[in-house]
Amino acid sequence: WPYCRKRCSYCNFNTYVVPAVDEAAVRACLVREVQTLLRLSQVHSVSSVFFGGGTPSLASPGTVAAVLEAVAVAAHLPAGAEVTLEANPSSASTSRLAGFKAAGVNRLSVGVQSVDDAELRILGREHTAAEARKAVEAARGLFPGRTSIDLLFGLPGQSRDAWAQRLEVALGLCDSHISLYQLTLERGTALAAQVRRGALPTPTQDLLADMYQTARTVLVAAGFRHYEVSNFARKGALSTHNLSYWRADQYIGVGPGAHGRFVPRGEGGHSREARVQTLEPVAWMREVQSQGHGTRSRAVLSPLEQLEELLALGLRTDEGITHERWGHFSPQLSLQAVFGAPGEARALQQQGWLVLDSGGLRCTWAGLAVLDSLLPDLLWQLQR
Amino acid sequence: QEKLDISTYPVESIRNFSIIAHVDHGKSTLADRLLEITGTISKTDRNKQVLDKLQVERERGITVKAQSASLFYNHEGINYLLNLIDTPGHVDFSYEVSRSLSACQGVILVVDANEGIQAQTVANFYLAFEAQLSIIPVINKIDLKNADPERVEKQIEKLFDIPTDECIRISAKQGTNVEKVLQKVIEKIPPPQCNTADPLKALVFDSTFDHYRGVIANIALFGGEIAKGHKIVSAHTKKRYEVNEVGILTPDEQPTHKLYAGQVGYLIAGMKEVAEAQIGDTLFLYKQPVEPLPGFKSAKPMVFAGMYPIDQTEYNNLKSALERLTLNDSSVTVHRDSSLALGAGWRLGFLGLLHMEVFNQRLEQEYNMSVILTAPTVPYKAVLSSAKLIKEYGKDQITIINPAQFPDKLSVSEYLEPTVLGTIVTPHEYIGKIITLCQDRRAVQKDMLYIDENRVMLKYLFPLNEIVVDFYDALKSLSSGYASFDYEDAGYQSADLIKMDILLNGNPVEELATIIHNDKAYAAGKLLCERLKETIPRQLFEIAIQAAIGKKIIARETLKAYRKNVVAKCYGGDITRRMKLLKRQAEGKRLMRKIGNVEVPRDAFIRVLKRETDK
Repeated sequence: WPYCRKRCSYCNFNTYVVPAVDEAAVRACLVREVQTLLRLSQVHSVSSVFFGGGTPSLASPGTVAAVLEAVAVAAHLPAGAEVTLEANPSSASTSRLAGFKAAGVNRLSVGVQSVDDAELRILGREHTAAEARKAVEAARGLFPGRTSIDLLFGLPGQSRDAWAQRLEVALGLCDSHISLYQLTLERGTALAAQVRRGALPTPTQDLLADMYQTARTVLVAAGFRHYEVSNFARKGALSTHNLSYWRADQYIGVGPGAHGRFVPRGEGGHSREARVQTLEPVAWMREVQSQGHGTRSRAVLSPLEQLEELLALGLRTDEGITHERWGHFSPQLSLQAVFGAPGEARALQQQGWLVLDSGGLRCTWAGLAVLDSLLPDLLWQLQR
Repeated sequence: QEKLDISTYPVESIRNFSIIAHVDHGKSTLADRLLEITGTISKTDRNKQVLDKLQVERERGITVKAQSASLFYNHEGINYLLNLIDTPGHVDFSYEVSRSLSACQGVILVVDANEGIQAQTVANFYLAFEAQLSIIPVINKIDLKNADPERVEKQIEKLFDIPTDECIRISAKQGTNVEKVLQKVIEKIPPPQCNTADPLKALVFDSTFDHYRGVIANIALFGGEIAKGHKIVSAHTKKRYEVNEVGILTPDEQPTHKLYAGQVGYLIAGMKEVAEAQIGDTLFLYKQPVEPLPGFKSAKPMVFAGMYPIDQTEYNNLKSALERLTLNDSSVTVHRDSSLALGAGWRLGFLGLLHMEVFNQRLEQEYNMSVILTAPTVPYKAVLSSAKLIKEYGKDQITIINPAQFPDKLSVSEYLEPTVLGTIVTPHEYIGKIITLCQDRRAVQKDMLYIDENRVMLKYLFPLNEIVVDFYDALKSLSSGYASFDYEDAGYQSADLIKMDILLNGNPVEELATIIHNDKAYAAGKLLCERLKETIPRQLFEIAIQAAIGKKIIARETLKAYRKNVVAKCYGGDITRRMKLLKRQAEGKRLMRKIGNVEVPRDAFIRVLKRETDK
């Protein structure tokens, strides 16, 4: 759902703030594109659905229901499939959320971002900390054990102590899943401009490293499993949908700016493609209406490129890349063959950043935090 | 083009003059106005800096090359031929100014009505005064709000001893009183004292290179006449040429049948390089040699820099660009040089910092070349004491260009560094600061005396390497431009030289080793370490960056390890972008230099060795 009521100061997503949305038209296009792409992929069964954006909670439950219906008809949507909706606290009242639940949503991700009002203002959020708390409570009521919250750390001017306090508060209100992101100042955002101007201070690399380590330690102590660079879950509440990205499963992106990775068997394709839908909603709708889908670009991924993606994404998880998973993409060349011989991977193992064993290839606790320093070496080794 | 006949202008009707002034006081604008009034160019709004032909001149609003123009003007019934020689206003080009002046009998000295007398006003005044030229003081920009011509007139009277009533107040921009200036030129400046009956004697005061016609030399005739077909000789190169064309500049070339004594114009004679028509040279007729005009000297560079192509594959392109640029600028000295880190390149000498900047800008604009400028090298020497090395080199004294060749203290009885004897002329109020500057550059005072009640001359013996980079600029800066500097080679002196190594986690980086005087080692080492710290990317372990002399560490910076380096979000659209970036980094790994276990990008060295452009 590519629409928001306002743009947050740090946001650089493909989202639009418009005075009015022709929901019926958008709904019809989403449905149409779902049908077209499912047919194109010849997928039999859909394991998870994720409503992202923008602010999906601004759409009506009717739209959510229509899309899920379309999925169920064009393919098979098992009863236990994970259906997540992202919600902004300012459009997450109990009644509204109940509507979504009735439409088929069974997991909710609440965009809390911060539990402090002053910080929320810096971020340009639409809600207060109190409103966020209420939204999380409402969500937990309707989706117990299946509610996640998004949190940011490393805000300009945030101190170690302040962050430690936020963590405490967040732990007090969260359910079983937390997505914890270091704030990245993206070029072109209002927040980045403020920092560049000197109106707000830049946090140092050391401070950010400390905050991350603190968060990991505190959350693990509270029973969470740090299963991906930025994602924590307890009581088994991992996000199935996101795991499929990092395991390089197939996924279909529907809607303006959505991304996909699948094999278009429906038109005789044999290779996995990287696909992006048209970014601008009006243009996207026109294309969907005339051609059934608004795919702006598609590129076949070579076997090497697929492996590279698997490597870069798989290592983000604590499980890493299993031998089986690797073998699926590289039947000839095993993990051991590529990374077991003397070379970069062996050196990184000796330095304590990586592990290669019967379980596969994965980062150590310390290695996960510096993954982007390890990847260029590993990619280079893989390319050779 | 039909040829002009200027034999109708007797010597008494000729006036050769120049306009001199401090930067931006309005020289070129006044020249524009004079050209307009005399009908040499038509009066339009677009006449701005007409005589400034180079793109870089027009952009920066400065005159780099001297041009000239011949103007025709009728005053009280008589037709006059007025030769205006536009001069560079910048201190870097004072030699060009002095040569242009030797072709004149008078100058218009322009002073800004608000700024008053400035450094170049004084310097140029002295040049004109010493050449015994008539001086017409003109106060310009009287149209501006802050103009105070009365104050400036008093300054002129006090400093130059010229009565206030001789000053003409003008606005070159608006044209106010400019005609009066022309009339004063005719009245006050004497005609040239020379005879067409004498043998040919022509001064070259500038030259340009034209791809179709060859070298075009700007000349002023001190005697005789010159025409197509004449055979002439250069006093400096002794080479012989046949004249193809002569003419005057209006300001474009206008061929004439002949040029006569007292006149100023141009000559084309089959010369292939501007080095064949050097500024200050004398030309005479074959078999009729004359006493060469005094004051000729080869350009003396004041600022040096190493110049290297960004990539060695560009070497040949840069080589030809340099050859072509120096075709039109014989005051740049060029020597081949090389560096371990940057490959093959050159050591260039410039008349000053502005000259270097303009040269660099012309390289970029006219030849589309980007280069790396570094601090230059000087040739050190060592007197060997080790029998083994003496045998190896075949002599007991060697010249060291490359730090890698630096022989150890134990094998050497003496190290030597090149020195120069520098002469500084300055108003006395800057003496203190200048003495401090010289001491800071390891110079030894050899002489100091007052040349008049305001100015002092200082002579210092400098190690060459202390002045090659920014001494000149520093001198100008702390004297508000009033101090002048000249130097000559003074041989070698004993020096406490050492080789300074740069280490990364204990491993030496060959490319960054430098030969330096012991006294300066700490400061230089610290600076290099700091710069390296900023250019080497962080890695998974701590990096110790050190400067060392032999085993002794003299400076150190620490680059801390990465503790967190992983992108926070990686879903959907992020993935493609991420992969692109990662793959670029993987590519970059291939180009990394590995020093021990430290990965250093190739351009880190370049960034560290580059000269500072903080001016």
